[in-house]
Amino acid sequence: MLKRLAVICALLFFCPALALSEAFPSTYAAKASAPVVFRNATLLTGDGQRLDNADIYIANGAVQWLGEGEVAPDAMVVDATDRWITPGLIDVHSHLGVYPSPGVAAHSDGNEATAPVTAEVWAEHSIWPQDPGFTRALAGGVTAMQILPGSANLFGGRGVTLKNVPSTSYQGMKFPDAPYGLKMACGENPKRVYGNRNQAPSTRMGNVAAYRNAWIRAQRYMADWDRYNAAVKDAENTDPDNESSASVASAMLTNTPPKRDLELETLAGALRGDILVHMHCYRADEMLTILDMAEEFGYQVGTFHHGVEAYKVADALAANGVCGALWADWWGFKIEAYDGIQENIALVDRPEGGCAIVHSDSEEGIQRLNQEAAKAMLRGNRAGLDIPPERAIRWITSNAAKSLGIDGQTGTLRPGMMADLVLWNQDPFSVYAKPLQVYIDGALHFDRDDPALQPQSDFELGQLLGVSP
Amino acid sequence: MNCSKYFLIALLLSAPASAETILITDGLVHTGDGSAAERRDILISDGTIQRVAADLQADADTVIEANGRPVTPALFAGITASGLSEIGMVYESVDSGLNELYTGLMHPEFDVRDAYNPHASVIPVTRVEGYGYSLLSATTRDRTLAGQGSLVRFDGGFTSFEGDTVLYVNVDGDSGNKLGGSRAAHWMLLQNAFDELATTDADLTLISAAGKATLKSARKNSLFVFQANRASDLLRVIRFAQAHKLRAVISGGQQAWMVREALSDASIPVVLNAMDNLPGNFDALGARLDNAALLHEAGVTVLFTSGETHNARKVRQVAGVAVANGLPHAVAIKAMTSLPAAVFGGAERALVPGARADVVVWSGDPLDVNAAADQVIIGGQLDSMQSRQTQLLQRYLPVDAGMGRAYINP
Repeated sequence: MLKRLAVICALLFFCPALALSEAFPSTYAAKASAPVVFRNATLLTGDGQRLDNADIYIANGAVQWLGEGEVAPDAMVVDATDRWITPGLIDVHSHLGVYPSPGVAAHSDGNEATAPVTAEVWAEHSIWPQDPGFTRALAGGVTAMQILPGSANLFGGRGVTLKNVPSTSYQGMKFPDAPYGLKMACGENPKRVYGNRNQAPSTRMGNVAAYRNAWIRAQRYMADWDRYNAAVKDAENTDPDNESSASVASAMLTNTPPKRDLELETLAGALRGDILVHMHCYRADEMLTILDMAEEFGYQVGTFHHGVEAYKVADALAANGVCGALWADWWGFKIEAYDGIQENIALVDRPEGGCAIVHSDSEEGIQRLNQEAAKAMLRGNRAGLDIPPERAIRWITSNAAKSLGIDGQTGTLRPGMMADLVLWNQDPFSVYAKPLQVYIDGALHFDRDDPALQPQSDFELGQLLGVSP
Repeated sequence: MNCSKYFLIALLLSAPASAETILITDGLVHTGDGSAAERRDILISDGTIQRVAADLQADADTVIEANGRPVTPALFAGITASGLSEIGMVYESVDSGLNELYTGLMHPEFDVRDAYNPHASVIPVTRVEGYGYSLLSATTRDRTLAGQGSLVRFDGGFTSFEGDTVLYVNVDGDSGNKLGGSRAAHWMLLQNAFDELATTDADLTLISAAGKATLKSARKNSLFVFQANRASDLLRVIRFAQAHKLRAVISGGQQAWMVREALSDASIPVVLNAMDNLPGNFDALGARLDNAALLHEAGVTVLFTSGETHNARKVRQVAGVAVANGLPHAVAIKAMTSLPAAVFGGAERALVPGARADVVVWSGDPLDVNAAADQVIIGGQLDSMQSRQTQLLQRYLPVDAGMGRAYINP
């Protein structure tokens, strides 16, 4: 089959399946690592469990066992007495690399703010891997993150999920087999950006009309491709005695393939569920409007981002299987953020099936996801919701992994999962907590006590020569 | 209009507490003067702290049993536009700076206190988190002399200003580039403006006569807060302040650690964000989390700000990060409580007899993210601990909405 596809591609100079799956492929490869056993830790597994005085063993890049098991004779032994271990932290909303430090104008690569629908752009093509923010996030325990376009546009483009490893290319960071994200935006930002230019959309109703028009085009595009692919399949099926690649190709030639369109390819991917929808949306009523629109077009909203009013519709989010990626305490910077409360995350977490996530959208916040989660946990507990650390850690690990479609690989410490984990000096829900070591796929990528394991970007190298510390 | 009547109403609204007495028992009292915390009782009446001692025997209208919980002076919220901004991006609700319609690079006479609104929702939102005061800023960043502010108390008063007038001066690279293509333009213009103080009003070109009068007075009586981060700019601030005998404070100071001895020798305090550790621009290369600790070790006075108004409540986390990176805890508590008042000329705020009774009882370490203010006392009165946000919570916390959330009115 692969051979035949290759022939068809050669004949037609085009192959949608290959183009979709292999464009800008990941070149990430886990670093070689020795087995490590951590002894006597407090373990937050990421899926709601807490194990006290527990051991965990990682080898071959994966978690091998928790509790008891065999250890290779050459395994490193880490005494984790009084230490805590969590899965590597995951930020579902970052602009590292696309709005990097230094934030000079020529580095402003996060919003293709030239048209309200730019589903054709991919955030990864803006990523500057030398952003020093990646190294700071690593020191904060972040092992994976989604880099998103900004929110100037209704459809901002594709987001990409990265492993937080230093690399000269984003391909070298690209999380293997992670689905793409599609960034969309509600509310003030798109209507302000384009309304100020006296073009559509300038209102919230203009926003919704423009989303729907784009989805209608995407539906047609998807139907065109479905029809074409069905015709190719029919040609194969109706000619069982002649399966030569030439006859299939001739059938395809009589059915000229639709012209590939980068914008609609991404939108159709979202309608099919291959690309996960991440929607910037603050107000409760707008989130409900969007859920109705998703119903109209038959797609799933994966995660509402920012959602400062998500607490008002927490039940609807849970019932629709939508995550809320939220801040602990930002509010008031614009009127759609006016009703922010510090219990937002805890209230979204409350219903059965609730999927609360602490996100950063900030080069500072991504360094302290544990502190942001601590604030949200505190507010939930003070409101009487009884949220222990093993529950709150989900907001920055397994729930975030679920939002990104990587929960089968990371975000939870259980056998077979990627050995992405953080060794903390203490209970991580404190301003005094610090990652001592950060492992990615079983390899030690950051060690607070070892300068040789503290990566530095090219940009920072050789700066301030002669300055004594 | 009956002006005296309105004046009387204003007086009544900002009047000090009644004769209510409050006794806080067995608190882990952080005096706020840099000393270690000790278990103490505190007696408050007439808006002031009357006594601080172990096992106080006193009658009181209200007794708060702290049971070992930390007690501090109400915190300093940093440099903010509290009461000058209802919503950041709703421009008609923001009064913290002159817009571009006003020509001229220097408006020292612009005074944000004239726009202060004690009913801004951010004030109770911040107060219930344990904050009692802030430094009002004039935020016009593309002017060399942006204007004036001062300390303001979060006590609901219309004119609850305190301490010295503070003038804001921008001398960093970002605003310098917008201004005249060079940060040197700031120094040229500042020097020219100070030179003009000696000329007749008819010869003024940079500032108005009112601006000149303000600057003349400010030179003797006010504090000059210089916004600057790069080490070379900080040294230039020191030279300028010494040449003109100005009392200077640095705001920003991301490279202050590099020139900490010079700042210490010049006795110039630094207001910083201890979370700054990225080269956000070329002035911030080398920004580091132990900036506050290094400055303190060198003898520099350090204060904290978060750079935020609506989320100014985050500044205690900023101070906590400084402690996590080497600053002594008691020093950070002092920097968050009594020291800003001392630097900017406000009233005594350490928990000592005679001081303003702006006091907070905490659920745990005031600098940690796992603790919150249990009870705030401002001017000797128990705060209601209510804000728009606490009421939104009360409306949406019940699982059963009954007739609808609009009928749940806290």
